[in-house]
Amino acid sequence: MLDMVSYSDWILHALLWLPLAGLAHVLWAPAEHAKTVAFRWSLLVFVLSIGLWWAYDPAVGHGGFQLESTHPWIAAWGASYSLGLDGISLFMVMLTTFITPLAILGSFNYIKKKQKAFYALMLLLETGVVGVFLATDLLLFYVFFELTLVPMYFIIGVWGGERRIYAAIKFFLFTAVGSLLMLVAILYLHQRAETLLEVATFSYADLLTLQLTLKEQLWLFGAFALAFSIKVPIFPFHTWLPDAHVEAPTPGSVVLAAILLKMGTYGFLRFLLPLFPAAAQHPTVVAIMLTLGVIGIIYAALVAAVQPDAKKLVAYTSVAHMGFVVIGIFALTTNGLQGGLFVMISHGISTGALFLLVGMLYERRHTRLIKDFGGLGRVAPMLATAFVITALASIGLPGTSGFIGEFLVLLGTFETYPLAAICATTGVIFAAYYMLPMVQRIFFNELDKEENVVVEDLSRREIVILAPLIALMIVIGVYPAPFLERMEPSVQALLERVERSPNSVLRLGVDELGLGVSAAPVIAPDESTGLPNVGEMGDVPPRNLMAVR
Amino acid sequence: MFFALQATTEGAHEWSPVLPGLVILLPLLGFVINGALALTHARRSADAVRAGGELDLAAGDRPLTHTLPTWIGPGVIGLAFLITVVNLVGMAGADLHEPIIRTYWTWIVTGSLTVDAAIQLDQLSMVMMLVVTGVGFLIHVFSVGYMKDDPGYPRYFAYLNLFIFFMLVLVMGAGYLLMFVGWEGVGLCSYLLIGYWFSDREKSDAGKKAFIVNRIGDLGFLVAMFFLFTTFQTLDFVEIFSAAPERIPYGHSVATIITLFFLLGAAGKSAQIPLYIWLPDAMAGPTPVSALIHAATMVTAGVYLVARSSVLFALSPIASATVAGIGVITALFAATIALKQYDIKRVLAYSTISQLGYMFLGVGVGAYTAGVFHLMTHAFFKALLFLGAGAVIHSVHHALHHTDKDWDAQDMRNMGGLRKHMPITWATMWIATLAISGIWPFAGFFSKDEIIWAAGAWAGAANAPYPTLYTVYWVLALVTALLTAFYMTRLMVMTFHGANRTGEKEAKHLRETPAVMWVPLAVLAALSVFGGWINVPAAISESFLGGFGFLPMGENFHHWLEPVMAGAHEIQAQHLGEISHQAPLFGGGELVWALASTGLAAIVVLIAARVVGGQKHVPAVDAAEPRGLGRVLYRKYYVDEAYDAVIVRPVHALSRFSWRFVDDVIIDGTVNMAGNLARAFGWVGSLFQTGQINTYAFIFTIGVLVILGWVAF
Repeated sequence: MLDMVSYSDWILHALLWLPLAGLAHVLWAPAEHAKTVAFRWSLLVFVLSIGLWWAYDPAVGHGGFQLESTHPWIAAWGASYSLGLDGISLFMVMLTTFITPLAILGSFNYIKKKQKAFYALMLLLETGVVGVFLATDLLLFYVFFELTLVPMYFIIGVWGGERRIYAAIKFFLFTAVGSLLMLVAILYLHQRAETLLEVATFSYADLLTLQLTLKEQLWLFGAFALAFSIKVPIFPFHTWLPDAHVEAPTPGSVVLAAILLKMGTYGFLRFLLPLFPAAAQHPTVVAIMLTLGVIGIIYAALVAAVQPDAKKLVAYTSVAHMGFVVIGIFALTTNGLQGGLFVMISHGISTGALFLLVGMLYERRHTRLIKDFGGLGRVAPMLATAFVITALASIGLPGTSGFIGEFLVLLGTFETYPLAAICATTGVIFAAYYMLPMVQRIFFNELDKEENVVVEDLSRREIVILAPLIALMIVIGVYPAPFLERMEPSVQALLERVERSPNSVLRLGVDELGLGVSAAPVIAPDESTGLPNVGEMGDVPPRNLMAVR
Repeated sequence: MFFALQATTEGAHEWSPVLPGLVILLPLLGFVINGALALTHARRSADAVRAGGELDLAAGDRPLTHTLPTWIGPGVIGLAFLITVVNLVGMAGADLHEPIIRTYWTWIVTGSLTVDAAIQLDQLSMVMMLVVTGVGFLIHVFSVGYMKDDPGYPRYFAYLNLFIFFMLVLVMGAGYLLMFVGWEGVGLCSYLLIGYWFSDREKSDAGKKAFIVNRIGDLGFLVAMFFLFTTFQTLDFVEIFSAAPERIPYGHSVATIITLFFLLGAAGKSAQIPLYIWLPDAMAGPTPVSALIHAATMVTAGVYLVARSSVLFALSPIASATVAGIGVITALFAATIALKQYDIKRVLAYSTISQLGYMFLGVGVGAYTAGVFHLMTHAFFKALLFLGAGAVIHSVHHALHHTDKDWDAQDMRNMGGLRKHMPITWATMWIATLAISGIWPFAGFFSKDEIIWAAGAWAGAANAPYPTLYTVYWVLALVTALLTAFYMTRLMVMTFHGANRTGEKEAKHLRETPAVMWVPLAVLAALSVFGGWINVPAAISESFLGGFGFLPMGENFHHWLEPVMAGAHEIQAQHLGEISHQAPLFGGGELVWALASTGLAAIVVLIAARVVGGQKHVPAVDAAEPRGLGRVLYRKYYVDEAYDAVIVRPVHALSRFSWRFVDDVIIDGTVNMAGNLARAFGWVGSLFQTGQINTYAFIFTIGVLVILGWVAF
């Protein structure tokens, strides 16, 4: 009996619902224990999630979902509670479970009022985000996608800075407007499925089989893209982000930058490209997305460079980084897509760390204005060292995580759109142009302000927070192969699906590319899942890494 | 990285290198240890600063802040050098025609790109390793004396070790991407070391400038790699160079584009026009850093890049001509600026830019061996000049410090007559000056002469493209050689000869440097004398200039590098034919011109000594700014000012415009207008509004229902 309940059977559900159990515990526990309780639950979730690294096997399943499970949810609508994990969501889930405890730990000194509510919301947020990344049912996805809005709205609105109400409402309105259109699109898909497939379904795998006309695809693409573009955010939908970041408390900013933004680009990868492949390849669409991506990279870097507020500066750098992800995705090459996914991971780590560091500066000096600092390297050498390493990872110095992603994105984009890639490459110059002056004005130069002389160096708790982040930046930069190997099959499958479609917009009948549930066991045929091996599966070579090399 | 010792060797070779991974690993280890020491030291020092004072360096903990870094810092580099020498001996006996590749782990692997963490050992990387670890070791040792009173001593060695690590990655990496890791890594160390005294705004500004300008060059490197990858589907040296001659037709634009983008990268790192502007400012770093990074090793990375990519450059006559042109113009341009500088380090900085220009000329005219040869000899004499300048500055600084005189210890107008106080420094620096001036039989003579000759010979090659252009290069290179002799003699005379201008009281405290500093000078001086003898052109070695055949002379270096350059030489032989044995103007063979150039240089040295020695020099405080052309040179042609007006300010203005207008006015203005419009509609809705979340949820539900209704309809 016991051996039937293996790790891969329960882990996804556990990761999704354990934060809610933690939430209940936080509400039940005395207020002064709220933070430690929340931290322990989030840590538990992280520890449990580590097993995913091995539970997800890139060598089998042709890059499709693994550890799947489906249960009826709203039977009348055909909505189901179905979860699954592939080489794309694996990293997003692990990033979430990794960042959340660190963000909670980073808020210990920052959050003074209504601690219970705060930590409860943080855990609710974790459930929402994990749900977004695991859902393989569009309605379920949408519910989680919207669910993340609520805790973030309150985290900014209640624990934020002076203009928190304005920022919170701006955040809410921007993102809600976008996602409502997406809901319409989802409902439209649902309705088309009823007509074409004669079944009421929100299932991702089912909807992938829909035969949509190019016109339909373009409209639906537009609706989804707007929602995700605001979330990412892509220029010119980015102005909510700096305000939200500046007002949000440190842990809010960390989660927002490291995880919530990824929901947008994840949406591109998971839904936009596979569901509407013809639209995603439409020359006009590609031109628009690439242009916006490149503008984002350069424009955000320029604006970042003149920000007087360190936190706002970091916020703008997020826009620039996400611009890389966008061009990597729409270049539609293996290198571009893998690079885009890699930038998502590395941005989560390095920008998360930057927000934590800026928060640490704020806790010491109660200001975030760059001009109020200067010469901190002399009194806080550890803080300075951590900041410099993180800043270098953020601007993509080789040997750090930032480089791998940016390089692959640029290389991949160059393969299909050389001009866009060259324009985007100027981003490496602008990155130095915004980051180094900030580092200099905070940590170098003369220690000429009395308030700065007494600034303390990192405490033990802060070292515990930063050490894993910094270690990861370097480890991933030096040995990224295990990451790339795990994401490759899913990215390849995605790419093949998109590439096969343009001349066959009307023949996307079978899930021949193994993106959905019907991913047949190509590599190990005897390990039958009982699903039929459909159509042309045979002529797709096994996505074995050794073979690719 | 700990797999280092279990590396797999690809390809069967009789000779197996001894622990090549350890050469890279040792400096990294030094960095880790020194870095840890530096952080503990910095934390203690921070406590003292917070308490309102400074950490007393003399009190306690010297074992951790000084003794340990002193042994580990230079120690790891010394060991790396020894391993390199052992491998040199092995390689010399092995008759190696293919590079030896050692693969440690798979670094990047995607659907279409695979990059291994692998090192490549061949004759070229061996030369670079020897220079990096050898000269690097001497400079580490010198630093022990130079930096001994510095409060950041362990941090200094941590950075210096890290630099050597990245430099070795740069020269040993088996592909472009790995080279790029070292390329940016040394840029980082350069940034950290220029701004080593980070509390000084000017110095940290200089570090920042270096990094940003270098990143402009890195853009070129990156784009060149993109082109390479789309052409060859790999970034591996061996694969690219073996495929290139077949894949790219001679003179095809692909080769030109790739190499021109590489040239942009090389111009950034090697401080060539138009990206040279960071190097003079980089003199803000400690002087041994200038010697190591900004003279001997890092700045030559661009030359290494071209030499390493010789096959690609050989395929593009246009790009090669551009490399040579950039090089020779930079050489002349920087040399003219050096004529009118007073800061001793700035003279040397411009001199370095100028000499790097020579190396570019060399590799640009297809004389890859000569370019690398000059890279090596230049590493000897320029490191010596910088270290000598460091010794001088050290001494003058201490003398000025004794009486609290706030004069500039680097300004040659405040020096003069140092010869009698610092005889060893004086003698060794004169050797270096004669070497850089190209006077027989010092090292610079052989390497520089070979480059100039190659430029002239190229002009007369059978199928040479642009013969006139190469004739111009040849003339400019000769003129620059004379300017070099002039400004270097000027430096020596102003610093060491004539009357002392430091001040009467101060002059009593001028001292020769301790042994830990002058021994490295002496070693480098020996190399500056004999270093050139390993490669004497055939035309010269038979004559008296070659020591009548008694000295162990010959084209050894040329033969040594031949396996690496064979691909490029083959392309040249195929498409350009026989090169000329006559100078493009006036006729005459190599021997004649070698004689003429050394003779002319010697005359210029004598003239300069008389002219500069005859001038009346006054301390910097009493000096007036030069007039006319002199002022233009003194002000460095106002290039910094021009860049500021044309690039820096407009970019800044654009940034502010983007923020204040595009973001705040256009985008947010639109959003707010929509918001206000919505508010007007909302006034109706506000009848239902309670300001509660459940109201929003209610409205939300209504919206959904409306949409559902629409869809159903």
